[in-house]
Amino acid sequence: MATRELTIGFLPLVDACLPILAKEHGFAEEEGLNLRFVKDVSWATVLDRLLYGHTDAAHMLAPLAISTRLGRGRPAQDLVAPFVLGLNGNAVTLSNALADKVRASGQFDDPALLGARLKTVAEDAKAAGQRLRFGVVHRYSSHNYKLRYWLAACGIRPDEDVEIQTVAPPFVADSLASGEIDGACVGEPWNSVCVERGVGTIVLATAQIWRRGVEKVLAMRESVLEAKRAETEALIRAMRKAGKHFVNAANWDRNAQILAGPDYLGADEALVRRAISDRLILQHGGAPVVFPDFMFQYSEAANFPWVSQAKWIYSQMARWDHLEFDESDAEKAARTFRPDVYRAALQGSGDDLPSANAKVEGSVTQATQIGALQGSITLSKNSFFDGRTFDPDAVKSYLTSLP
Amino acid sequence: MRIVIVDENAGRASIIEEGLSQEPGGEVFVLSNRQGLLSQIDEIKPDIVLIDLGNPSRDVLEEYFTVSRALARPIAMFVDQSNDEQIAASIDAGVSAYVVDGLKSHRIKSVLDLAVRRFEAFSRLQDELADAKGKLADRDVVDKAKRIMMDSKGVSEPEAYAELRRKAMSSNKRIAQIAEAVVTAHELLGDS
Repeated sequence: MATRELTIGFLPLVDACLPILAKEHGFAEEEGLNLRFVKDVSWATVLDRLLYGHTDAAHMLAPLAISTRLGRGRPAQDLVAPFVLGLNGNAVTLSNALADKVRASGQFDDPALLGARLKTVAEDAKAAGQRLRFGVVHRYSSHNYKLRYWLAACGIRPDEDVEIQTVAPPFVADSLASGEIDGACVGEPWNSVCVERGVGTIVLATAQIWRRGVEKVLAMRESVLEAKRAETEALIRAMRKAGKHFVNAANWDRNAQILAGPDYLGADEALVRRAISDRLILQHGGAPVVFPDFMFQYSEAANFPWVSQAKWIYSQMARWDHLEFDESDAEKAARTFRPDVYRAALQGSGDDLPSANAKVEGSVTQATQIGALQGSITLSKNSFFDGRTFDPDAVKSYLTSLP
Repeated sequence: MRIVIVDENAGRASIIEEGLSQEPGGEVFVLSNRQGLLSQIDEIKPDIVLIDLGNPSRDVLEEYFTVSRALARPIAMFVDQSNDEQIAASIDAGVSAYVVDGLKSHRIKSVLDLAVRRFEAFSRLQDELADAKGKLADRDVVDKAKRIMMDSKGVSEPEAYAELRRKAMSSNKRIAQIAEAVVTAHELLGDS
């Protein structure tokens, strides 16, 4: 019988799956935990509810949790993230007209090749006085940072050669249809909605830009985490069980059905299933394309909050907000991620626990076993598409090395 | 003072507009269309922008304000210049505010207090409406259940109602819930 309770805010996106499934499959209940959910339609409101106590925890963009901690855009607040809700799961969708110009095959193209073709079109458009416009879900989102990383590495300057603006996910398809934007980087099911409506073509998965890029986190106020430490640890255990269930192909249908329900995503079940099963239809009427690890929610200790991931996000914040590198801000950003809480929650459970708090991101090119406090962890390839690596102890020189 | 209300709910917007137009020297603009939202705000040059928490354009608006901070006419988040208690009250009421720098804080406070009261009044109205609708639906289902019992058991209308009421009291449920069970059972088992 559940006696403890947590209220969790979320945006209707497929990657809100773990807390939802933790409740729906009874994993939270097994931990003596009752979960309540508050659904919203903007990140600003998810954040407000978290900061002003309507919720205890929230499904949140990792960069937004860090920007809030650093006081970017708003006064600083004590947010922390003890759990990564997943890696990647987003895609770049272009208007059909633009996609026709830059695609080389009917599959996911090589990101460098696609970027080189896009560069030509972007330059022509700029010369004609009509820069290409891209939508991202939020200024402080991995969507924004991965899109910019890809563009910049392909020689397209995100602030000079094209325009990037904020578009709420439910309006991406409309904005593509009306020509308001030429492309967008957004989470599922919204890319698939564009494809289904015939207004856009998926050309790139964010997993192609960074094979293991951090996406949403479970964000909490530090004071709430302390006050509800037992509940938080119970939630972490329940979400690990939900993750194991989520990645099992036998459960895809059932989980798609649950997530698509009106209380959660209120979406088309078939579209939700595409993301869950890593089988996306890229173009209206096309055949599904299997892209392994389009979403990555469980294996290789995927939910472990590596502080090196937080520092990479800080590096991109400094890069695109044009901030001088600041050691104390980098540290503050790193401390947003709380591997200590994750470890405490799973100690003794037999689940995989890394022994280090940080790693050189993007450095794994072949299956590599890493140190584990318990369990056994073998990381597979986690590289950036341009071959760069990110050393969390050398953020400053990383920043000067970027285009 | 130029006040912009961004609200896709025309009914609520008009209630808030009516309240705020009582503010001396206040000029109120209601924007209910997502299309061209930012360019309209640009044109109006408001001193304060109010937007409901359920509006999907909030992130777009917040981005616009963040960028405009770097421009000549900085717009601040309401959270920059107010006390926590007042923000909490506005979040509870379902409204957030963005204020142009330099607006005197007592004016912000009075505008926001008014907006909060109006938002609260609107949700009260909505609750009452939902309540009234619920009561109507309840009455419908109770009437149906009574007819079923009158037909199948040959009891009078007051007797049917008394029986529903007895069952509700003994099982600690609402009469409408019992009536609904009767109707459902009838649909499943009955020949109609």
